[in-house]
Amino acid sequence: MDKRRIEENVFKGLMVFSTFIVASSLVLILITIFIKGFPALNLDMIIKTPKGGYYLGKEGGVLNAILGSLILGTAATFLALLVSLPLVFYLNLYLKKNSRLALSVRFILDVLWGIPSIVYGAFGFTLMVFFGLRASLLAGIITVALLIIPIMARSIDEVLKMIPFELKEASYALGATKLETSIKVIFRQALPGILTAILIAFGRGIGDAASVLFTASFTDSLPYSLFKPVATLPLSIFFQLGTPFPEVQQRGYASALILTVIILFISILSRILSGKFTKHTIK
Amino acid sequence: MNIRIIKENLVRRAMFGLCLFVFSLIFLMAFGLYQKSKPILAIVSLKDLLFSSSWHPTQGHFGLSSFIAGTFWVTAIAVIIAVPLSILTAIYISEYASGCVRRLAKPIIDLLAGISPIIFGVWGIIAVVPLVRDYLMPFFSRRFSFFPFVSDNYTGFSALTGGIVLAVMTFPIIISVVEEVLRTVPFEIREASLALGATKWQTIKYAVLKKARPGIIAAVILGVSRAFGETMAVLMVAGCSLGVFPKSVFDPAYPLPALIANTYGEMMSIPLYDSAVLLAAFILLIVTALFNMVGWGILLYIERKQASG
Repeated sequence: MDKRRIEENVFKGLMVFSTFIVASSLVLILITIFIKGFPALNLDMIIKTPKGGYYLGKEGGVLNAILGSLILGTAATFLALLVSLPLVFYLNLYLKKNSRLALSVRFILDVLWGIPSIVYGAFGFTLMVFFGLRASLLAGIITVALLIIPIMARSIDEVLKMIPFELKEASYALGATKLETSIKVIFRQALPGILTAILIAFGRGIGDAASVLFTASFTDSLPYSLFKPVATLPLSIFFQLGTPFPEVQQRGYASALILTVIILFISILSRILSGKFTKHTIK
Repeated sequence: MNIRIIKENLVRRAMFGLCLFVFSLIFLMAFGLYQKSKPILAIVSLKDLLFSSSWHPTQGHFGLSSFIAGTFWVTAIAVIIAVPLSILTAIYISEYASGCVRRLAKPIIDLLAGISPIIFGVWGIIAVVPLVRDYLMPFFSRRFSFFPFVSDNYTGFSALTGGIVLAVMTFPIIISVVEEVLRTVPFEIREASLALGATKWQTIKYAVLKKARPGIIAAVILGVSRAFGETMAVLMVAGCSLGVFPKSVFDPAYPLPALIANTYGEMMSIPLYDSAVLLAAFILLIVTALFNMVGWGILLYIERKQASG
């Protein structure tokens, strides 16, 4: 066999091997979390809050963290949507295709997307100090919203870019303003994509721990006020694994399973949604 | 004036305002963190902070060098593992794989990117720590008992563990960027090379990769920056013990982001401590922002060149 053939096969083998490693790392992560978490999972984990001495192995659950994460994630996603949606419509409808402003805002969004979440956390902390806030649900919401704005805006941007140019023109030709075109035509057309973007951002927001460490802090009680600390699932996992007691660590694994299931559910839901909700869209 | 036009103009202004807000966000972050790190910069010189390894907040010593070394170790290990694997995977997906594999690959990579960092940390503790402790560490320290492999840390929580977990976390960004870049390489280039009798791999090596090189470099830069700033997973598996200057892949490493995350409780109680920690965050922001600007800048340049013909 000649040398070129051998080289071809060697590299092809290497590629298949790498792809296998990458794919199996995901499978391995899911399997490990499932195997370790499932035996420790019980109903108490989901429906109870930590009682006194929970982190020493006494009874309780992580309901405070599950609810806290869901509330914080939802509010932050909503806040981020309030910023991203108009922003992206502005970039795509109001600015010219090659406008410098649009180009630089997209660039800044990309750069912001790469800033580590701990930096957002630290920045949120300086904001908190500046405004005289304490670590609270509100501070957490604002920080996580800042963190997910770039993700959400860039994904919605990709969706709006795909919308046929003629649709806009048809609407303008009927005398509609840009705002009316945005809301009544483009928004409907882009709805499935926007929902997917929202879910992606929500998943990111719910899973992030570094940004809420300083800003939302942690508590054993259920979230009840915007101005009180709130528990989040990732931090709950972190603290439970940090204890030296095996039974508490077991519960940490179970909490990790809960978080993984939530995130899996979100990503499957976003795949289904992007296929549905196409009633108003033009193919 | 017509109410529709008034609405239109109001909304246009508001949207422009949002644009400016997002645009200024990165400068706001830099400014805020810099303001907070000023007190310590006024007392200790930046050189001392960066190159001293003595970290005793209670005595006012804030040397960051062992944390910078820790960051360097885990990032380097992650990049060495992740870059070849990700690039080969991306080439396979975009050049060789059948439609079925390709359709499967995207959700897998998206999911890998969507998993919470803390889950990677849990996985690291369950799976990677024992792997390093029971297999890699004994093997390497027996066979290669020289510079980067010698250590007396037998816990398994080490720079290498952090690096392996980080590598898995950087797969998605490198793979998706490289794949995107490969897709922009014109099909005609491949056809021309194949028509000259080159094998598929030769075509990739001499034609496709040559054309895609700047984009691949950008992907690597973005991967480095991702590994550089990752916090929670590393904090959980890299050991993170104070007073150890990491000299080996099996030593515990304490990277900058982990330092910031770990001080949340005590930071306000010691003078200048918060300032030092926020300085670390400022350094992290500047470095990752620079890396991302270069990376995305290259990609933007490629995209514009493509558009102009």
